[in-house]
Amino acid sequence: MDKLKNLKKSTKVSFLNYGLVLLFFIVVTALANTGHLTRSLQGQLIPIVSYIIMALALNLVVGISGELSLGHAGFMSVGAFSGVVVSMTTANSIPNGGLRLLLAIVIGALLAGIVGVIIGIPVLRLNGDYLAIVTLAFGEIIKNVMNCLYVGVDGAGLHVSFKDTASLGMAVDGKVLINGPMGATGIQKLSTFTGGIILLLLVLVVIQNMVNSRTGRAIMAIRDNRIAAEASGVPVTKHKLIAFVTSAAMAGAAGALYALNYSTIAPKKFDFNTSILILVFVVLGGIGNMTGSIIAAALLTILPEMLRKFADYRMLIYAIVLIVVMLATNNEKIRALLRGLGKKNKDAEVKEGAANE
Amino acid sequence: MLANLINGISLGSVYAIIALGYTMVYGIAKMLNFAHGDVIMVGGYIAFCSIMYLGWPPALAVIAAMVVCTVLGIVIERLAYKPLRNATSLAVLITAIGVSYFLQNVALLIWSANTKVFPNIFEKLPGIPLGDTTIAPVNVITVLANIVIMIVLTLFTTKTKMGKAMRAVSEDKGAATLMGINVNRTISLTFAIGSGLAAIAGVLLCTAYPTLMPTTGAMPGIKAFTAAVFGGIGSIPGAMLGGILLGVIEIFGKAYISTQLSDAIVFAVLIIVLLVKPTGLLGHKVHEKV
Repeated sequence: MDKLKNLKKSTKVSFLNYGLVLLFFIVVTALANTGHLTRSLQGQLIPIVSYIIMALALNLVVGISGELSLGHAGFMSVGAFSGVVVSMTTANSIPNGGLRLLLAIVIGALLAGIVGVIIGIPVLRLNGDYLAIVTLAFGEIIKNVMNCLYVGVDGAGLHVSFKDTASLGMAVDGKVLINGPMGATGIQKLSTFTGGIILLLLVLVVIQNMVNSRTGRAIMAIRDNRIAAEASGVPVTKHKLIAFVTSAAMAGAAGALYALNYSTIAPKKFDFNTSILILVFVVLGGIGNMTGSIIAAALLTILPEMLRKFADYRMLIYAIVLIVVMLATNNEKIRALLRGLGKKNKDAEVKEGAANE
Repeated sequence: MLANLINGISLGSVYAIIALGYTMVYGIAKMLNFAHGDVIMVGGYIAFCSIMYLGWPPALAVIAAMVVCTVLGIVIERLAYKPLRNATSLAVLITAIGVSYFLQNVALLIWSANTKVFPNIFEKLPGIPLGDTTIAPVNVITVLANIVIMIVLTLFTTKTKMGKAMRAVSEDKGAATLMGINVNRTISLTFAIGSGLAAIAGVLLCTAYPTLMPTTGAMPGIKAFTAAVFGGIGSIPGAMLGGILLGVIEIFGKAYISTQLSDAIVFAVLIIVLLVKPTGLLGHKVHEKV
């Protein structure tokens, strides 16, 4: 018990997060096994896990590294489509679904990580809003390129074209895997909730150990004051790049997990709005706060689902909730008011307590 | 070739008018107003309703759209952005995104998701023959409107008291307050001007590309923002230059390289420009101090 008390605060937070994810897993599994989970909610489980991973990945860039990225859906897209290609091409050679999911996630993460390096090297030279706009631009470019991407497979191997399916030049038995703006169709659903949770725990382990390591401290030093960090001998570009590429690879893994949950997936799914959605999770959960990201991503993915009975009004309510929460948490007057209310309640309790005595 | 150039300049002029709203708001409030694109959409719908349902003449419809958008801009600023004046820029950004969702969904409830076909309000005007092509009247008017707006705005910011106040606030809020400038009123004015311009841009955009949906403003909004950054955010001539270049690149990309990849080309050019000149074409560098 004493050992538990003497743990560092960061270690405690880390264990809290693992516990939170495990609790989520146990509760959901218990609910599913006893039949208390509605079908629509059951269908949301893997998207929720994917979005939590996305939120954690983006939080690494926005919260820990302090750079605003508005194009993270692009990495998700790269991971998603490479994951789909991997899972479809290995359908015959690897019969085990779990193994193929693993392979798809690994390849998805790897490719997204490579794209992250290609984008990160030029982008990270910029600062602030300019960096944000360039990540936005890269996100749009990835979406555009994916819209023109045609991939097919036949006996001779993979064929790639940027024009149309006819120019793939495949043999007669060839199969189109990615069909431009239509995206991938006929995907075998490989993603499982358990697999998603394992990936989520792995991502948490990597992020939390990284943040509490020498590298993490260097990244945060650059965030807090780039010039001071540079003067103290911290290589700026290297550390910014580490955070960015790790985040991109995680987004790619989340993308593969996400895509393999659906039978069809189109490139326009990963557009600017998706990038923004994930940023909303990060900001509402608290920038740099991993626990907050987990909770916000889970709640905000379920929220539109819960509001389904309001049908047409649900996105309107979502927008209003978003604005009100931002105002409530960031305006000094409203915060003071809330604090005042809390204090009054406490005062009232104290008075009541006194009266009771 | 010539026709493409004209189309490009015309589209670019629309981007430039929208980019002005972004650049002025950014210059003064240091915030990315993501809801700006949706104000364009609202302007388009107001003009559409005035012409189609109320039977108003186009000129009156444009004025109606401008009035509604100006009021909308001021209201948005007062309710959503003013309480966050001292908050982090990211908090303001997310609020702006919330406002953008809000406007899109209100439009969805009022006007439904069905595409509305915007009437050609310059139908009666003749086109101008040039070589073997004819310049469509909408293109002429768009470019003229852009030039007039640019001249008026430049005069406004350099010659009038309010305009000078605006520049002072964007330079240094604290010092401006000490000089007796009402900072809040100046920021409201900036939003009003930007939103009024967005209404004009909305009408011009919908006349040239006559489809109107609740999401119509989103993509032109992002591109115009790109144009503002391209030219150097905060700079009025920069917005004009950036907008027109972006429009020309987009149309030429569509015509000669690939229709599907035209957006990718636009953004690629932006990235290259920012890498060579990180503050945009006409932006000036602010030196960091320790």
